[in-house]
Amino acid sequence: MNLEFLIGQIFNGVSYGALLFLLAGGLSLIFGMMRIVNMTHGSYYLLGGYVALTVMWGGAPFIVGILAAALAIAVIGIGEWNAFLKRLSGQELGQVLTTMGFALIFQDLGLVLWGGDPQTIKIPASLSGSWEIGQLFFPVYRVFIVGVAAAIALVLWLVLEKTRLGAMMRATVDDPEMARGVGINVFLISMGVFAMGALLAAVAGVVAGGFVGVYPGADFEILPYAFVVVIVGGMGSLKGALVGSLLVGLLDNFGKALFPELSYFTLFAPMAMILAVRPTGLFGRA
Amino acid sequence: MISVPRGTGRAAAIVVVLILLGAPPLLAPYMLSLVTQALIWAMLAMSLDLILGYTGLASLGHAAYLGLGAYSVGILTTRHGANFWVTLAVGILLAALGAAIFGLVALRATGVYFLMITLALGMVVWGLAHRWVSLTAGDNGIASVPRPRGLPWAFTDTLSFYYLVLVAFAVAFVVLWTIVHSPFGKTLVGIRESESRMRTLGYHVWLHKYVGFVIAGAAGGFAGVFWAYYNGFVSPADAELATSVEILLMVALGGRGTLYGPALGAAMIVLLKNVVSVYTHRWLLILGAVYIGTIVYAPEGIVGLLRDRLKERGRVA
Repeated sequence: MNLEFLIGQIFNGVSYGALLFLLAGGLSLIFGMMRIVNMTHGSYYLLGGYVALTVMWGGAPFIVGILAAALAIAVIGIGEWNAFLKRLSGQELGQVLTTMGFALIFQDLGLVLWGGDPQTIKIPASLSGSWEIGQLFFPVYRVFIVGVAAAIALVLWLVLEKTRLGAMMRATVDDPEMARGVGINVFLISMGVFAMGALLAAVAGVVAGGFVGVYPGADFEILPYAFVVVIVGGMGSLKGALVGSLLVGLLDNFGKALFPELSYFTLFAPMAMILAVRPTGLFGRA
Repeated sequence: MISVPRGTGRAAAIVVVLILLGAPPLLAPYMLSLVTQALIWAMLAMSLDLILGYTGLASLGHAAYLGLGAYSVGILTTRHGANFWVTLAVGILLAALGAAIFGLVALRATGVYFLMITLALGMVVWGLAHRWVSLTAGDNGIASVPRPRGLPWAFTDTLSFYYLVLVAFAVAFVVLWTIVHSPFGKTLVGIRESESRMRTLGYHVWLHKYVGFVIAGAAGGFAGVFWAYYNGFVSPADAELATSVEILLMVALGGRGTLYGPALGAAMIVLLKNVVSVYTHRWLLILGAVYIGTIVYAPEGIVGLLRDRLKERGRVA
């Protein structure tokens, strides 16, 4: 194992972790705030990719594709939450089955509307190619993903920690009853957080579409990763989602590179061990 | 029980047993093979019911035990020519061992956390099936698993294999029924209703949950053994997340905490999937609607619905 290999793998792991953060950051907030187990989160990711693809087939630029996907999926998320999920608070089994039902329906709709062939989202010329440093190549697009994730992490952190809205959101996480008692509109805040989680998943789907493509099955492929990030980091913790994403991204990459036969084992088994020691995750509170 | 007329349950049970014993020779082979499949999934659903329905712990990794049982058969028969009893013993023991290890990790948590940890543990088994290609053949799966060897009968035709599975189902049902009606089973229900109260009464709550968890895993492996023999094929799909959720659906659809409810739910899902897919490619849409409909219209399952209906009628009369 030489230095180039190590740096290259770390870079790949970090950029995959960045993608996971986009996906799991929102899921973590949804978990933490509403205790909703959302199996539809992977579908938001997949549908987000498809929406962007469709908009871009119509000639729209990449950035418009991202915005369209974010908006469309946020609306879908709000609809699903309003019609079904908000009534199921505290019923994990009901949440799992309802959101799984939606995931299957979205999976099938995806097949009907966009067919079964894998598609690739065309990335703008300014993001293609790679930077060459010594013998190492850093694809610009992967650097871009890290940048997007960092920017979103920063914005989320600022909003949550530094604004009045963030304080209201944290209050809703910590104690919804008290929050309601002091006049916070818990309903609106919860809906907003759910929409934001769905929106981020859609953004992740579009961004991922640029390098792994958009294809049937991507929804259930990525979902366990998002869950693992959330549980390892601790539900509702932004810092936890960030650390968890990087950890999972790196473990996944090194596992696949070093022990291809045991790659998922090297990812999920350490996760389970962390949970055995800290059932609420690294940064979670019981 | 509520004001259900006395003997209704026993009469229904006798009718079901008679149908299961007598009707199969009259069925077309395709239908018979569906019923066989339904019985296998019913065993799985009942095994999950032990921890979900009776102990109140929703596991998102139950397909792992199906996978462990099925891969035991797949690997031992195709590579080592193992006979039925060896595969059965290894399948059950491996699943029990898996559950014994997973239980140590998962039972530290409850509720959402338990759900998530079992998901991660289930993914460990799926990951091994998917990537440990030299052992499991990866995504290609293990094909041409033979019918059981080393038994007095060959079980190569659909009808005799059906009766083999029926015997297995009966064994699973009787064992699980005995467990849930034993003092141990009552303790599990007590833990479901109030863990702190049971602890105060002096019960070793963790140990009861742990033993229940391991038994459920072993029973899942038992079903997995028959699933491999039935299918003649083992693949990572047997252990994947979607399968775990489907077993949860079977239990919820039929009615948690009743054993026969989850068996009924499993039969309904198996028949629905196979019958609907004959008529339309859009069966995922319909299955998705069943998931949502179950929670919206029958949160206590079909058994719960029937019970409410009977109660109402009792009141009117």
